[in-house]
Amino acid sequence: MVVAIGFEGSANKLGIGIVKDGEILANCRRTYITPPGEGFLPRETAEHHQQNIHEVLQEALDQSGLNPDEIDVVCYTKGPGMGAPLMVCAIVARTCAKLWKKPIYGVNHCIGHIEMGRLITKANNPTVLYVSGGNTQIIAYSRKRYRIFGETIDIAVGNCLDRFARVLKLSNAPSPGYNIEQAAKKGKKYLPLPYCVKGMDVSFSGILSYMEDKIDELLKEYTPEDLCYSLQETVFAMLVEITERAMAHCGSDEVLIVGGVGCNERLQEMMGVMCHEREAKIFATDERFCIDNGVMIAYAGALAHASGTRMDFKDATITQRYRTDDVLVTWRDD
Amino acid sequence: MTEDLKILKQGAEAKLYICNYLGRPTLIKERFVKNYRHLDLDTNITKERIKNEARSIVRCKTAGIRTPALYLVDFERRRIYMEHFERNVTVKDFIINLTKTGSENETNSLNILAKMIGETVRTLHDTNIIHGDLTTSNILLIPKNDNDNWIQCCEFHLVMIDFGLSYVDSSAEDKGVDLYVLERALISTHNDYPELFNKMYDAYKSSSKSNIKEIISKYEEVRARGRKRTMVG
Repeated sequence: MVVAIGFEGSANKLGIGIVKDGEILANCRRTYITPPGEGFLPRETAEHHQQNIHEVLQEALDQSGLNPDEIDVVCYTKGPGMGAPLMVCAIVARTCAKLWKKPIYGVNHCIGHIEMGRLITKANNPTVLYVSGGNTQIIAYSRKRYRIFGETIDIAVGNCLDRFARVLKLSNAPSPGYNIEQAAKKGKKYLPLPYCVKGMDVSFSGILSYMEDKIDELLKEYTPEDLCYSLQETVFAMLVEITERAMAHCGSDEVLIVGGVGCNERLQEMMGVMCHEREAKIFATDERFCIDNGVMIAYAGALAHASGTRMDFKDATITQRYRTDDVLVTWRDD
Repeated sequence: MTEDLKILKQGAEAKLYICNYLGRPTLIKERFVKNYRHLDLDTNITKERIKNEARSIVRCKTAGIRTPALYLVDFERRRIYMEHFERNVTVKDFIINLTKTGSENETNSLNILAKMIGETVRTLHDTNIIHGDLTTSNILLIPKNDNDNWIQCCEFHLVMIDFGLSYVDSSAEDKGVDLYVLERALISTHNDYPELFNKMYDAYKSSSKSNIKEIISKYEEVRARGRKRTMVG
């Protein structure tokens, strides 16, 4: 039996979660929200995490009803992510590990999403679409690694959506992507946009610059809602297409969507239609688990810990670049 | 023509049927409607891809690259009719079988294959064809002769297929991306042969006299970009 606490702060979400054998005891979160038209920057985001982390930690411990000495391993996000916010969580995690005299374990953020998704949905061996503000990857498990079959060759899909929300000056609360999703529901007129699929890889920067360059002209003919609708229809079609391609390539009949963009219901709906047509199963989670959180870090760390993997204290560092396929998956035997 | 079609396979974006067209074994590739995407988008994409596929097949022919011969394009029914190779194996299956049987010629076979692929991709690029979806599922091997052991003896020709994402472009950037897509496909599918791509890449670099410096540097650039891809969660 492993009880793990996880600290997540790789982007603008600060989360602390506690799990005990796959049972979620606490899942607390704060989000740093910027004014409309602005993105979040590393320094300000790190300050936000610094100001909130103690309170969130207390909240998580209270929610779980545990004493620190009942915890077996302290987990934190090692990467990938923004340096300064990652560092805030790593420092607090290291301090807790020393204070409580517990082992420490640095988790790959992407692996956290995947394992969390598998836990919540009970998907067995899915093809994973990982879509967020910083990542867009199609992942499948093979021989002790989560291998990346396709990914964006420039910006992430969430980044594309967020930046377009900034162009339209949409609110960043609760998240720019959520507001695009709501606006898109009212859109009717479809604007053809660049569609860029290269094998199992995709590219979004062309679509974004096309819309940025032409925004004034486009707004004469289309409403902002139409543009959100057209953007979603286009980028999600690209994602579903490469997911299907990867499934065909790997002979897989399960899809799991994880990451912040994964809670978009239109994306889930389109993926569902595709899966239905090829008699595959779709698995998705809601915003409690799709969006970055501490539980996913705690749970992935607990799996590694239970399989005997340990990290030296001197290796408990952070890294802004950390590929999903760098991690040896010691907890799966298939 | 009577509709006497046998479905061979349903891929990610097309159904493949076998039929007899004007007395020849024929493969029909039908790009069926994808209900998940907006109808306008679906129609545009499908038309575009049928065009790309037909265009590149013809262009390959002039460059001496083997592809299925094109018989008929039917936009109405979203179909392409093309030559069907009754005896064929995908490079993907070929490599997987090699691993399974553990043949003593394993390394030799792979070297031959890698060289052929490298050279063919280079010829594609010298003709300014960007394939757009280079994977080992999209390259077929067909027998050179009647030898039943053609696979073991490596007596095969290479046939390039699936040109739906292809286009004509002379830029080094696009060729670099094409190589990167191939490399990624190899790493993810054939992770037991990590040296495979380098062998192809060596053959790619040395098989023609056309200027390659720019392609190499663009490929390195795209690759570096890809390596950095895992940023903020």
